[in-house]
Order: sequence, then C-alpha cells, then structure tokens
Amino acid sequence: MKFGATTALQPTDIRFVPSATTALVGPSGSGKSTLLRVLAGLIPANGTVRFAEAPVVDWRAVRLKLGYVIQDGGLFPHLTAAENVTLMARELGWPADQIAARSAELAEIVGLPEAPMARFPAELSGGQRQRVSIMRALMLDPEVVLLDEPLSALDPITRARLAQELRRIFSRLSKTVILVTHSLREARFFAGHIVLMRRGRIVQQGSYDELEQAPAEPFVSEFIAAERTL
Amino acid sequence: MNGPQRALLACCLLILAPTARSADITIGSKNFTESVIVGDLAQQSLVDAGLSAEHRRQLGGTRILWEALLAGAIDVYPDYTGTLRFEILASEQLADDSALPAALARYGVGMTRSLGFENSYAIAMRADQATELGIRSITDLARHPSLRVALSNEFVDRADGWRALAAAYELPQRPRGLDHDLAYEALASRQVDAIDAYTTDPQIESLSLKLLRDDRDFFPSYEAVFLYRQSLEPAAIAALVKLAGMISTDDMRAMNSAVQLEGRPERAVAAAFLNERLGLQNEAVVQPGLVARLWARTLEHLYLVGIAMAAALLVALPLGIAAARSARLGTIITSVTGLLQTIPSLALFVLLIPLLGIGAAPTIAALFLYSLLPIVRNTHAGLAGIPASLLDSADALGLTRAARLRRIELPLALPTIMAGIKTAAVIAVGLATLGAIIGAGGYGQPIITGIRLRSTRLILEGAIPAAVLALALQGAMELLERWVTPDGLKIRQQTADG
Repeated sequence: MKFGATTALQPTDIRFVPSATTALVGPSGSGKSTLLRVLAGLIPANGTVRFAEAPVVDWRAVRLKLGYVIQDGGLFPHLTAAENVTLMARELGWPADQIAARSAELAEIVGLPEAPMARFPAELSGGQRQRVSIMRALMLDPEVVLLDEPLSALDPITRARLAQELRRIFSRLSKTVILVTHSLREARFFAGHIVLMRRGRIVQQGSYDELEQAPAEPFVSEFIAAERTL
Repeated sequence: MNGPQRALLACCLLILAPTARSADITIGSKNFTESVIVGDLAQQSLVDAGLSAEHRRQLGGTRILWEALLAGAIDVYPDYTGTLRFEILASEQLADDSALPAALARYGVGMTRSLGFENSYAIAMRADQATELGIRSITDLARHPSLRVALSNEFVDRADGWRALAAAYELPQRPRGLDHDLAYEALASRQVDAIDAYTTDPQIESLSLKLLRDDRDFFPSYEAVFLYRQSLEPAAIAALVKLAGMISTDDMRAMNSAVQLEGRPERAVAAAFLNERLGLQNEAVVQPGLVARLWARTLEHLYLVGIAMAAALLVALPLGIAAARSARLGTIITSVTGLLQTIPSLALFVLLIPLLGIGAAPTIAALFLYSLLPIVRNTHAGLAGIPASLLDSADALGLTRAARLRRIELPLALPTIMAGIKTAAVIAVGLATLGAIIGAGGYGQPIITGIRLRSTRLILEGAIPAAVLALALQGAMELLERWVTPDGLKIRQQTADG
C-alpha cells in the first residue's frame, strides 16, 4: 500500500488533548496524513514535535509509546497474525507468559477469536486484519494511538461494526487517540475535537457543533454541506 | 587447536591445495596439439634428467602462457620466434630472430635454439596437380590465374596476410574465405586448388600435399623454441637445450599426425619419439576410466563454483543491502558490478594471472567477480520492492534498523535474493568450463581437448555433465527457494495467481 504524495505543511502549531480522541479531517491533499506521519516520526519535521511537553530527540524511545494503524493494517505478510502482534514484545525480550497474557487480553478487547491468530494476513478478512493491526498497535500499552484512515478499506457493514468497537475500545482504555479521516461523519462519531485541514493548513479546530455554527471560513460550511448531500 | 580453528585451517588448506605445485618445475603448453606434444617432450626429458616436472596442458593462448611465465606460475613453455617478434614483443620491432634472446632477457626469460622445426604459414597444393602444372614456388603460382585459392578468414584479414603476399608475388587470384579444417577437405576433393597451411599440419602428409617454396622470403620464420625463466636451475635448462635441433619438420608433422589423425595420446607419442631418438625410458601413463575421470572433474568443477559462490554471497549480500539503503551508493555499486560483468572472461584471466597465477585461484576469482552482479542486483531489487507502508509500520513499531532488516526486509526480499543466487550459480557452472584454459580442470578440460582434437565424444564428455550439473543446481536452488520462502508469502502468491 503506497501513500499519496506528501503534502507540504504550512507553519502549524497544534496541541493534542491527552486521553481524548482528536480527528484530523480534510479532503485529499489537505496534509492530514502528512501531519500524522510527522507525529509518528516517519517524516522529519522542520519544527519540533513534543511528547509530554519534552521535544522528541530519541524517536525510537517515543515510538515504543506510540501505536500506529494504517489503512488495511500494514501487517507483515510473512508473519502470522499472532507473530505480527507480538513482534515488538519479542524483540524487546518480554517473557513468553507475559506475551501470551497480553495477547489474550488484547484479543478479548478487539473481539478476535483464537483461530485467526494463527493465520497469515492474506488469509484474514479485511475486518480481521484491522483488528490484528489494532492489537499490534496496543501491544506495548502505548500512551498515544495514531490511526490513518483505519476504516476506509472496509465494506460498509464491517466498517460500521468496527467503528462501534473502536469507539468502545478507546473510551475504555482512555488513551490519547489521533485519527485521520476524510469523512467528517466518521470524525464526529469518534472525536470530540475535530481539526479541519486544507492544503497543508489548519482551517479550524473545535467540536463539530462549533465548526457547524461558527465556521471560520466559507470552506468549513462547504465541507460540512458536501458531506450532508452524500 | 579447537574445533572451529581446525575447521578454518582445513578450509584454507582446501583452498590452497589445488593451486599448490605438485612438482618443482611446471611446463605449460598452448591449446593446440603441437604445443601439447612439445610440452610432453619437455616434461619427459626433465623427468628423465632426474628432475621433478609437471605439465599443465593446453592453457589457452599466447597471452595466457606469457603472463603465466612472467608471473612464475609456469617455468617453461614452447613458442615460436615469429609469435615472439610480432605478438609478444611487437612494440620492440625486432629486426630478426637473432635479437630475441637479448630482448627476452630483459623480462628474465631465456630461450633455447630452434628445436629443429618451423611452424610457419605456407601455401599448399595437391602434389599431383603441382607436378602436372610445374608449380614449385609461390612465384610459379602467379602464372596460373585460373587456380582457385581458398584461405582461412584470419589469413585473408591480416595486414601481413593475403594482401601483402599477393603484392609481393603479384598474385592475380581472388581468394575466398574458408574454415581451415574444411579447406583441407575442399582441397582433397578438388573443389579448390590452393590453400594456406601451417608447415607442420599432419594433413600435408596424409593428403599428399605440396608446400610451395617461399622463394621471395615473404613469410617470417616461426622457429619452435622453449621459453624458460632464467631463474630455472641449470640442470633443467641443460635438459631443454638437449632437445634443440632434435625435432625436424617431418618429425613434428608425424607426431601431430599420430595424435590428430590416429588418435594416440600426446604422452605416448612424445615418449615413443624420445625413446627412439634419445633412448629415454618413460613409464607408460594409464588413463583413468570414464567414471573416475567424471568423478574427479565433478569435484574440481564443484570446488570452483562452490568457493566462488560462497565468497560472492559474503560480499554481494552486504553490497546489495548497502545499495538499497542509499541511492547514490546503489548507483556506484551496480555500475561497478555491472562493469565487471562486461569484461570478457579471457581478458579477465589475463589480468588475474599476474596476481594469482594459473589454475583454480584465478578461475575462482573470475567466477566470484561475475557472480556479484546477479546477487547484488536481486538483493537490491528485493529490498527496494518492499511496500513503503510496511517499512513505515516497522519503523512506527519502534524496530531498530538492524531488527527491521532481519525481521522484515530480508524475509520479504528472500525469494528475489534466492532467484539472484540461482542465476549466479547456473552462470558460474557454465563459465567454470572456461577455467580449463588456465589449468583449473573441471568439465572444461575434455571440452577444450575435444575441440583441439575435433573429437565430439570428448566435447560431450565435458558438455553433458556441465549441462546436467547446471540443471541439477537449478533444481536444487528452486527447492531451496521454496523452502526458505516464508509461508505467508506463498499464500499471497496463491491468491494472486488464482
């Protein structure tokens, strides 16, 4: 799966609310995915990324506190679902019983039975792949979870079911969640705080109601209206 | 010494063993029958003089023998004064053969007097027709413009070939090009009337041909001599010098005939000559049976390919990984390995002989260099073909560079890398046959002997096992490829195929 071209970000200053879900929304090319990849340290930033107020110097240490989920999962095709989930824990030398306990706990949280865990990604359904990807992201119990269009490759029924479960999982775990989506409806469903972006710039941020009732620019109303017609 | 150390030492000994000399004096010979017979004459004379001497037979062409002599990989080999003047020392423009010893001495090389025969260009006709027309010399040929002349393409093309000859003798005929071996048959079956020949070709006798006298001294002399390193021990030089003047052109033609036309082994022909002329007694050499020969050559061949492939893997994999890491480094690495691939193998051998001598070492080095490109290129392609989203996922998980390479990138690239190794191995099996021209042994040995003696049976004795080995290796590599391909990737392939 290849990402689209990287959008140049305009000078941007943004803080994310801890233990809450923030959605980055915008049309294609708005820079929402680029911003998320900067936050994950996958693209070097011109400015500073701060994690718990401290500027990030050692990205690898920070990544262990981040979970990252992309469209269609980004699972490694040569590893089984279980191996994908436990890869980093094994790499860090966790004891086997601790790995097993954490896997079982996560499987219960995302609602994945035991059988699919022994299969390879190519043998799983799209919904199962996303659940495995979420398990993998949560394995090390990160403080922040980054999701890039986690539902867009799924069929409508699976998408609706997984959306329900994801919202339940996030509220239960109370993690800082940053979700990228092109759908305002999806953003509203998950997040109390919405950041609307366009051409690499943050147009407006706030709750859905604030965006709807006090649009900062005509584009905000246009974006809301466009989604209603569909 | 502990286990691993012992294993390492054993490996080193194994690598050195085939290149180590088994005798004090090494004689080389070029890749044609006369040179091999003369090499055997030298070897048997030295052994008779109580010296330990071995003969590295049919080692390719002039350049290879000369380089091997200078490098000390061989001590003695037979050559011709014309070749020395016009090929090896061409830049010195020596006036005649008498200037040769001084010129060679500057390279630390000594030269015997003529062995007694000349292997020069000549023009040959059927003896009966020549008598009938009263043709004895090339001058006489000019008076018969209707005679059909056929020449080897090389002789037509050379500046000192037909054009110069025709000018010197005012020859009116228009020659056509014809392969040297076919020319004798064409002459015998009266399809042509005159051909170019070498003065010691055995067909001259067997087909009752007449060599026309070079009455205007057009052709330079190609006297047979031994070249030897001046550091060679005096007793050995004395034994070589004893052969000077002993072998007449008729003698040499008869010996060539015994090997090429009667199929007798060179060693036996040389031994019979020495016994008859010098009273030398040499033990008969027993040729091992077919199975023993095949087995020995298979081991030699596998040795060449195996060592070269192991070394190539150790170097090419890191290079391929480095090439995938940095685009600039990648360009440099693929250009250099690609450039190596374009060096003709013969040129590469000539370059390697001064460094590594002759035999297995330079052959392994050449195979190693040729194996780099397929492995480097496929390692690079396999790594570069991994989707960026997977690398992002690996990075975002917090895998270190090394762990990402080991856990994610190499397993995903493995099928492509294996395909590169397979290509390199199959190419190496074929190329290793060329090692025979620098004395590396293997399946190439019977092939070049077969080409020299025009024996299809001998050529097949090398070519069939080489083809079988290449196929077997390909099959084994495919099994290995399937075995190392991660299961998860096979599923993806299945769904993609279906």
